[in-house]
Amino acid sequence: MTMAVKFMTKNFGRYDIRSLASYMEIGGLTALKKAIQMPGADIAALLTAAGIKGRGGAAYPMGKKWLQARAVKAAEKVIICNADEGEPCTFKDRTLIQNDPFNLLEGMIIAGYVIEAQHGYIYLREEYSYLKSILLNAIKQLTEKNFLGKNILGKKGFDYELHLCSGAGAYVCGEGTALIESIEGKSGRPRMKPPYIKQCGLYNHPTCVQNVESLSLVAAIVNDENNIYQTYGTKGEKNSIGTKLISVAGNVKQPGVFEIPFGITIRDIIYGLAGGLEGQPISLIQFGGASGKVASKDILDTPYSYEHLIKAGVGVGSGAILVVDESTSVIDFLITTQAFFSHESCGQCAPCREGNRHIRLLLQKIKDGVHTQADIEKLNSIADIMTVSSLCGLGQASQNALKTAMKVFPDAFKIMERGVKIG
Amino acid sequence: MRFEGVIFMSENILERVLTRELARQIDGILSNYQYDASCLIGILLDIQQIIPKHYIPEEIAYYLAQKLNVKITNIYDCITFYSSIYSKARAEYPLQICNSIVCKVKKGERLAMNLKKILKVEIDQATADGKFIIEMVPCFGACDVAPAVKVNGKIYGNLNNEEKIKAMLQKLV
Ligand SMILES: Cc1cc2nc3c(=O)[nH]c(=O)nc-3n(C[C@H](O)[C@H](O)[C@H](O)COP(=O)(O)O)c2cc1C
Ligand code: SF4
Ligand code: FES
Repeated sequence: MTMAVKFMTKNFGRYDIRSLASYMEIGGLTALKKAIQMPGADIAALLTAAGIKGRGGAAYPMGKKWLQARAVKAAEKVIICNADEGEPCTFKDRTLIQNDPFNLLEGMIIAGYVIEAQHGYIYLREEYSYLKSILLNAIKQLTEKNFLGKNILGKKGFDYELHLCSGAGAYVCGEGTALIESIEGKSGRPRMKPPYIKQCGLYNHPTCVQNVESLSLVAAIVNDENNIYQTYGTKGEKNSIGTKLISVAGNVKQPGVFEIPFGITIRDIIYGLAGGLEGQPISLIQFGGASGKVASKDILDTPYSYEHLIKAGVGVGSGAILVVDESTSVIDFLITTQAFFSHESCGQCAPCREGNRHIRLLLQKIKDGVHTQADIEKLNSIADIMTVSSLCGLGQASQNALKTAMKVFPDAFKIMERGVKIG
Repeated sequence: MRFEGVIFMSENILERVLTRELARQIDGILSNYQYDASCLIGILLDIQQIIPKHYIPEEIAYYLAQKLNVKITNIYDCITFYSSIYSKARAEYPLQICNSIVCKVKKGERLAMNLKKILKVEIDQATADGKFIIEMVPCFGACDVAPAVKVNGKIYGNLNNEEKIKAMLQKLV
């Protein structure tokens, strides 16, 4: 059984993150030097061969996204690194920036080359303001040595600059169009689509948004001449190639970030890597952050992969795994989750703004043991309406935990005789 | 129609909050951003950091509107939308406790209770000396060290007993 591996995390702890020279001593920037000798489309093809799906949650094939972005003709194009990482229980992007900032930026420069963009933006959540100086310092050193700027590495016409922008505590700004509004200096309310940002994004320029982990994979893939990456993952289906960074937290003994090959089981992760439960037995496990779905301990022997998790009724999402033991009831868990979405809804569209509030109120009724069959039906119908009619992913996904919990833990929703409390 | 007395009062406040020294510092922040209004969020966050009680006073919002040549409504659209930007005075050390799910299952409520007891204040109420205020905020990505507190950008994790909380407070002042 292979547990944690080192592919995208291989540089962790091996160089001084404040020094470009130190990064170069361990082979940093060799991928960029190699990349600019290659046609951009070939680099996108490498990502496609490695089967990389976007790691921000939506799992869109990365090579395909880069090819589409390349194909758009415009005087100026933009790449955005989404470092908003707002999903509760998700902290893998933080770890990547803390331990290997130059690798992320190298990935962004290669993206600039392939997509033929002139500007790259890193949108860093305000909660990670302590990582700002790491990134600014890295950008400064790369600019001084002409790995950023004009005619990068002597390549005529390869002009590319990086900028750092801060969020300000709004989860919805992780959504692409809201993120763009925020960088433009406005409140982060999602835009109507179309137009899609790949045609008309930041300051109306075609824009490609990519998660920190996705971009952190690029340099290693370009350097991976022997296709080591593709030896990891689920074989057969070939749906989940390679490795994934996961963040495990909750009632486990050793919460943390782990790089795993796709295909190890949830049990390996929780009991092997995260040290097992603190004391009480597992009540539920949530996958992919607050907008993710939940499962019971029956999922322990399921392999962690895109296809297996979907089949088991959950999904990879942001890569978060939250383990909750029996000291927190299912309903209390849901109330906290729903309160998060009520707080984070931008309020722009009614299904999400009102739906999240009403779900929260109905859940309180359930907790108090005073709900009726009509309340359960209302919960279902509000959740369904939100899924189909919310403007952005926040409203569409904020009831994922509720809907799955209703299926997996029907007892938690049982109608009680008046006065008998549950939860 | 405006009343003389009211104008006089607000001018008075303006003088009190926006001192010449503070205006100089704010101008410095603005020039770091080349007076680019699209950097408004970064600008607001930076200013908030240098204001002793970490918020954006109304006078400063107006000052920014003028300096950046944007409407005051744009400024307030951002101040009210983003939960990390505050329109009311807070404290020198805002103690932000996460109320999202990982901290919840790690009994973050106890942390809030302990802090309330030690400081003898309620949530969102500043201590009399203006040093501390307890605020509940969503996940700030310190879930691996839950329950955690964030103070002026710094994280203090694993605060699962009173000693650790007191040690954290001591470190601050
Ligand atoms: C409400 C909402 C919040 C999101 N938050 C994030 C986030 O914090 N980080 C992220 O990378 N993607 C987030 N996403 C997904 C992004 O919209 C986008 O799909 C992603 O950044 C694309 O990069 P990828 O293809 O590399 O995953 C969010 C989406 C929604 C709807
Ligand atoms: S779904 Fe929610 S967050 Fe998204 S636009 Fe509508 S109200 Fe705003
Ligand atoms: S849930 Fe509390 S810091 Fe993430």
